[in-house]
Amino acid sequence: MTTATTAVAPTPEAATRPRRRRHLLSSADLSLPEIREILDTAAEMHEVQRRDVKKLPTLRGRTVVNLFFEDSTRTRSSFEIAGKWLSADVINVSGKGSSTSKGESLRDTVLTVAAMGVDALVIRHGASGAAHQVSQWVDAHVVNAGDGMHEHPTQALLDAYTMERRLGSLEGRHVAIVGDLTHSRVVRSNLITLGRLGARVTLVAPPTLMPAGIGAWSQSDGFALSHDLDEVLPGVDVVMMLRVQRERMSGGFFPTPREYTVGYGLTRDRLRTLVAANPEAVICHPGPMNRGLEIAADAADAAQSLILEQVSAGVAVRMSVLYHLLAGSDERPGHDHEGGES
Amino acid sequence: MRPDSAVPTTVDTPGNTPDDRPLLDPPDGRAVMSQADVARALRRIAHEILERNKGADDLVVLGIPSRGVALADRLAGVMQSVEGRPVPVGALDVTMHRDDLRRQPTRQPRHTRIPAGGIDDKVVVLVDDVLYSGRTVRAALDALSDLGRPRAVRLAVLVDRGHRDLPIRADHVGKNLPTSGSERVQVRLTEHDGVADEVRISGGEGR
Repeated sequence: MTTATTAVAPTPEAATRPRRRRHLLSSADLSLPEIREILDTAAEMHEVQRRDVKKLPTLRGRTVVNLFFEDSTRTRSSFEIAGKWLSADVINVSGKGSSTSKGESLRDTVLTVAAMGVDALVIRHGASGAAHQVSQWVDAHVVNAGDGMHEHPTQALLDAYTMERRLGSLEGRHVAIVGDLTHSRVVRSNLITLGRLGARVTLVAPPTLMPAGIGAWSQSDGFALSHDLDEVLPGVDVVMMLRVQRERMSGGFFPTPREYTVGYGLTRDRLRTLVAANPEAVICHPGPMNRGLEIAADAADAAQSLILEQVSAGVAVRMSVLYHLLAGSDERPGHDHEGGES
Repeated sequence: MRPDSAVPTTVDTPGNTPDDRPLLDPPDGRAVMSQADVARALRRIAHEILERNKGADDLVVLGIPSRGVALADRLAGVMQSVEGRPVPVGALDVTMHRDDLRRQPTRQPRHTRIPAGGIDDKVVVLVDDVLYSGRTVRAALDALSDLGRPRAVRLAVLVDRGHRDLPIRADHVGKNLPTSGSERVQVRLTEHDGVADEVRISGGEGR
């Protein structure tokens, strides 16, 4: 009898090559080349937005579910438009109208939605780590659209994209992020992404709105901390104002809104200081804004403000993210498009 | 597990299996077009386009990335020297319109650049390096229809190697190259590859 045929031929089709990224859960997952790919693709998607026909056939037949357990206008609608412009079918499920309000667990809700044959789940949830948890339950691609006070990777990508379009390379640029650092998921993602792109970041907040342990974190990740906005402002290239998150504050973080504005708001006077020191400086805000609280109307509507550009960039960046997660095969990366062979 | 002594030990003999070799170099196969051949072919195609169009009126030349863009620029350059005025030239990326996206790892989309006059009611000449299955051209036709409505679309390619999957043909061909399906056609262009222009054919039997 021949028992010798059990020898297994080695597979030179190296299974060791990295598989395509399945999920976007944290900004920390993205290497610099991956960030570049996403931003470069976003630039192409941005051009499509200017056309009469904005739809691309790329994700035809794919289904994207927006699963939002927290309120959101721009992120949800921007993912919805992004999916639709790529011809995916997009379904919105909000926490309030869903069975979670009848007592269903997150796991059961997610498994139910996934069982319908969904290709991607875009999830926003109030618990830090929710997207990561969900990605372990389902086969679908998972995109973190904000998990508690943890991360919001697509926001950081669109912020970087918007800044680069106005300023060119972010290498060596100085970005000040001002406001509620404790409750913001935008900060962590931005610190990581901006850091990989070579920008220098200073976080500015009153002591009560700095998360515990941020001193050690700033040393390990190489960013600066300050409690004095007026000292930091002159000379920065970007000032990013964070929203004062009234819904996450049960009081005690600052005495009165008026006092917050005086110390940390981007007022008309500070706008003048900013522009006088650096006429190229720009203003960002992830939205939604509390006009008159963290940002004055004059600053929000100034020529230096990129706030609306951030929104339009949001669609382009999310198209790019959905494209990179969903468009290709799940096989290992192969050779580039070689000469010819059309 | 006990190594089975009955098995000949040739299984993992080291060496250069063909699959380990880099795709583009060292140059293998045989050259079928030299730098001079490429230049002559492009000059002829440029003249053919102008002749058929009775001049450069309403012409828009669009290259398909990546090497089609370089070829389109060269064609437009020749046409400009013949007609004495610039011919609008651009690039048309077809990545988002491909029908094989699901079969391949994600491709990075390239830049689409449409000349200022647009393509509505123009005669668009699509330019690519190699015409093979015709699927890239189909994707390009779809991409074009999202951008406007040309009066006519024509196709110019440096090499037509046959084996079409779709009812598509080229209007202007630099060289018809009969190939077998297992062969590979490589085009190198100075702007793109940093070496002298060349078309090579490789592979074939034993692959």
